[in-house]
Amino acid sequence: MSLRYSDEQRLLADSARDFLAARSPVSAQRRLRDDAVDLGFDAPLWRDAVELGWSAIPFPEDFGGLDFGCKGLGPIFESMGRNLSASPLLSSVVLGGSLLHLAGNSAQQTHWLQAVIGGEQRLALAVDERSRHDPSRTALEAKAEGQGYRLHGDKFWVVDGFGADAYVVAARTSGQPGDTQGISLFLVPADTQGLTVSALPLIDSRNSARLQLDQVQLGSDALLGTLGEGWTALETALDRGRTCLAAELLGMAEQLFETTLEYLKTRVQFDTPIGTFQVLQHRAAQMYIDLALSRSALMAALATLDDASHDAGARARLVSLAKWKAGDTAIKVANEAVQMHGGIGVTDELDVGLYLKRVRVAQSCLGDRDFHCERYSAHA
Amino acid sequence: MSTIEQFRQDTRAWLEANCPLSMRTGMAEGDVVWGSQNPQFPCEDARLWFERMRDKRWFCPEWPEEYGGAGLSDEQLAVLESEMRRIKCRPPQINLGIWMLGPVLLAFGSEEQKRDLLPPIARGEVRWCQGFSEPNAGSDLASLKMAARDAGDHFVVDGSKIWTSYGDKSDWMYALVRTDFSAPKHEGISLIVLDMRSPGVTPQPIDLISGKSAFCQVFFDSVKVPKSQLIGPLNGGWNLAKYLLQHERKAMSKFGEFSLPSHFDLLALMREYVPAPQTMSEHALQARATACAMNEHAYNLTVQRMGEEARAGDDIGGLMSIMKLVHTEQERDKFEVLLDAMAGHAFGWENAAFSEQQLAITRSWLNSYALTISGGASEIQLNVIAKRVLGLPDAKKGVTP
Repeated sequence: MSLRYSDEQRLLADSARDFLAARSPVSAQRRLRDDAVDLGFDAPLWRDAVELGWSAIPFPEDFGGLDFGCKGLGPIFESMGRNLSASPLLSSVVLGGSLLHLAGNSAQQTHWLQAVIGGEQRLALAVDERSRHDPSRTALEAKAEGQGYRLHGDKFWVVDGFGADAYVVAARTSGQPGDTQGISLFLVPADTQGLTVSALPLIDSRNSARLQLDQVQLGSDALLGTLGEGWTALETALDRGRTCLAAELLGMAEQLFETTLEYLKTRVQFDTPIGTFQVLQHRAAQMYIDLALSRSALMAALATLDDASHDAGARARLVSLAKWKAGDTAIKVANEAVQMHGGIGVTDELDVGLYLKRVRVAQSCLGDRDFHCERYSAHA
Repeated sequence: MSTIEQFRQDTRAWLEANCPLSMRTGMAEGDVVWGSQNPQFPCEDARLWFERMRDKRWFCPEWPEEYGGAGLSDEQLAVLESEMRRIKCRPPQINLGIWMLGPVLLAFGSEEQKRDLLPPIARGEVRWCQGFSEPNAGSDLASLKMAARDAGDHFVVDGSKIWTSYGDKSDWMYALVRTDFSAPKHEGISLIVLDMRSPGVTPQPIDLISGKSAFCQVFFDSVKVPKSQLIGPLNGGWNLAKYLLQHERKAMSKFGEFSLPSHFDLLALMREYVPAPQTMSEHALQARATACAMNEHAYNLTVQRMGEEARAGDDIGGLMSIMKLVHTEQERDKFEVLLDAMAGHAFGWENAAFSEQQLAITRSWLNSYALTISGGASEIQLNVIAKRVLGLPDAKKGVTP
C-alpha cells in the first residue's frame, strides 16, 4: 500500500490543476452563485472534464473506463477543492456510477453506466432521510407489488439531485431502521410518476435536492442488485465518495492555509507583519501538523479503495480515519483563516468565506467527524 | 555483478552467519548495550553480537580505517543499513560518542585529537555523555554559564550541567562551556571534552516525578581540563553544537526504526476497563479514546509516508520537524484518557495490588511530562516549524503588540 501518488497520478494532478485553474477558478464558482444557476455547476465545464476522461477513471475498460483505479480520483478532487470547483463527478460517477458497476445487471450497465461515463446521463444517490448521515437507518419503504415494487417516503439532501436523469434510491424492503440487512437499491428515472424533486439551496450554492416518493410504482427491472442485500455495494460506493470528499476537503484546507500564511507574512500591524507574533506562529504550526496527518490518512484511504486484500472493515477504518481527520482539519483551518484575516475575513468579497461554506457542507456530507469517529471505533 | 551488488551479498551472508537469532527481535529498555570501559551485557548473545560487530569495525562503518572505522562509502553504508533492517538486527551498542561527538571530531578535530579519541569510540570502549543544558540554560541553550577559565596550559572549569543522561555511568563528557563572558552570548562558547573521573566532577542522579531516572546533574568544582581537549576554535563552540545537534536528529531518526515497545494499546485497554459503555460519561470517554487512537493511527501512517517519501528522494524536512512534537503530545493526550478510564488502577506506585502493566502506565504517564520538555520543548518545536518550515518572520526586538 503506497502512501504517495505514482508518477502517472502526479501527471493527472498537473493536468487537473492546469485545467481547473484556467476553466474553473474561484471566480467561476462565485459567478455560479451570483447567477443562481440551478444546476450548481457549469455544464460545458463538465462536458470538457468528461472529454479529459475524469468520469472514466475508476471503471474497467469494458465499460469505456480507463481502469485507472480509485486512487486516480484523489488528485482530481484535491484540485477541485483547491479551486472550489463544482461538478457532478462525486454524485454521478463516484457514487451513482460505482453502484451501477458494483450492483447493476448487464442491461442496467449497458443502459446507464456507459452513459454516465460518457456524460450523456447524470445519476444521483438518494440515501439520507434525516439531518445527519446514517445509511443503516434507511426507512423509506419499498413493498413488493405484482411484478415490481412500490416506494413511499422522502429523501433529504440528495447531492446534485436537481435535474438528474435518474436516482439510485436506497429503500428498506425488510428489517428495521438500523439493520444493514433489508436495504435494497432501486434505479428510479427522474420522470417516474409520483416522484417530486425540489431544490435544497445550501450555503455552498451547489446542487442539493429533496425527493418525495409518493407511492412510486417500479418494475422488477428497477432493482439494482439482490433484494435486501444492497448494503455491501452501498457502503463500497459511499466509501469511495467519502474518500473523494476527504480529498476535496484537504485540497480546500491546503489552499486556505497557504492563503492565510501569505497574509500573516504581509499584513502589517503594530509596525510588524502579524506573522511575527508567536501566538499566531504556533497556531499556524499546529495547522501545518494537522494538514500533514490528514495527508497521510487520505493517502491510506485512497490506497485501500483499490486494494483487494483489504476487507470491508479494514477499508471502513481507513476511510473513516481520512474523512474524520480531513474534515476536522478543514474546519479548523477554515475557522482560523477567517479569524486571522480579521475584518476582511468576514466579508463576502474575500474568497475565504466561500471556502468556509463549502468546507462545512463537505465535512457534513456522507458523515461528519462524529459519525466517522464512531464508525472507526466500530471497526477497530 | 556490480561491486555494490557483491557487497550486498557478502554483507547479507555475514549478517546471516554472525547476528545471533535472539538479536533480531524488538528490544526492551534493559536490552540496550552501552559501549563503555566496562560494558554490561543482558545475555551472552548480546556480547557475541557486540564483539563481532566491533571486530568487523561496523560500529562506525563509514569512518576512515585509520580512525577505527571500516571506510565504507555512502552507498555501502546504505546497503549495510538496509540489510540490517531486513533481518531486524538490534543495534549492537548505543553510544553518544559514535552518533554525536564522532562526526564533530571528524569535521573539526585536530589530527592528534582524532587519533586519540576516535579509535576507542569505534571499539565501543568509552561511554560518552553530553553536557549542554544548565539549570539556567534550557530552551535558551546559548545563555549557558559554566565557565572554563584560561590557566595557561589548561582550563579551570566551574559550574554545573543538568539533564545529562547517564552522567553517573559515563566515562567521558563533551561539554559546552563559556570561555568569553564579554562577547555576545553565541560567540563566547567553546566545546571541550573531559574525563568524568577528573577531580572535582560530581554527578548526582535526579529523581523525577516518575521516580528514578537516567538524568543527572553534574557539578564541576575547579576541574582542570588540558587545553589539548578544546575541540575546534576557542569561542567557536556554538557552530560545532549546531552541527552536532543536526547529527542528533539524524541519529534519532535512525534509532526510531528500531522498535521500542513503550506503547500502550489505548483501545484494547478501553475494552478492558470500560467494556460496554452505557452511561453518557462512558460514551464520552469512548469518543475521546477513539479520537486519540485515530490521531495515533494518522501519526503512524505519517511515519510510514515519510519513510516512503525519503526512499523516493522527496524532501522530508517538513515532516521530520513535526514528528517529535506530534508523538510526545499524542502520548500525553492518550494518558489523559487512560487515567480517566482506569482511575484508581492508574495511580498505584509500588504495591502488589497493582499489575505490572498498571504500574507501568502510572510511571509512563508521569514520564510523558518529561518527553514534551526534553530534546526541545513542544513550544520550541512549534517555533522551529513556524520559522524554518513555514518561513514566518522573527519578531523585531522591543515590539509588543
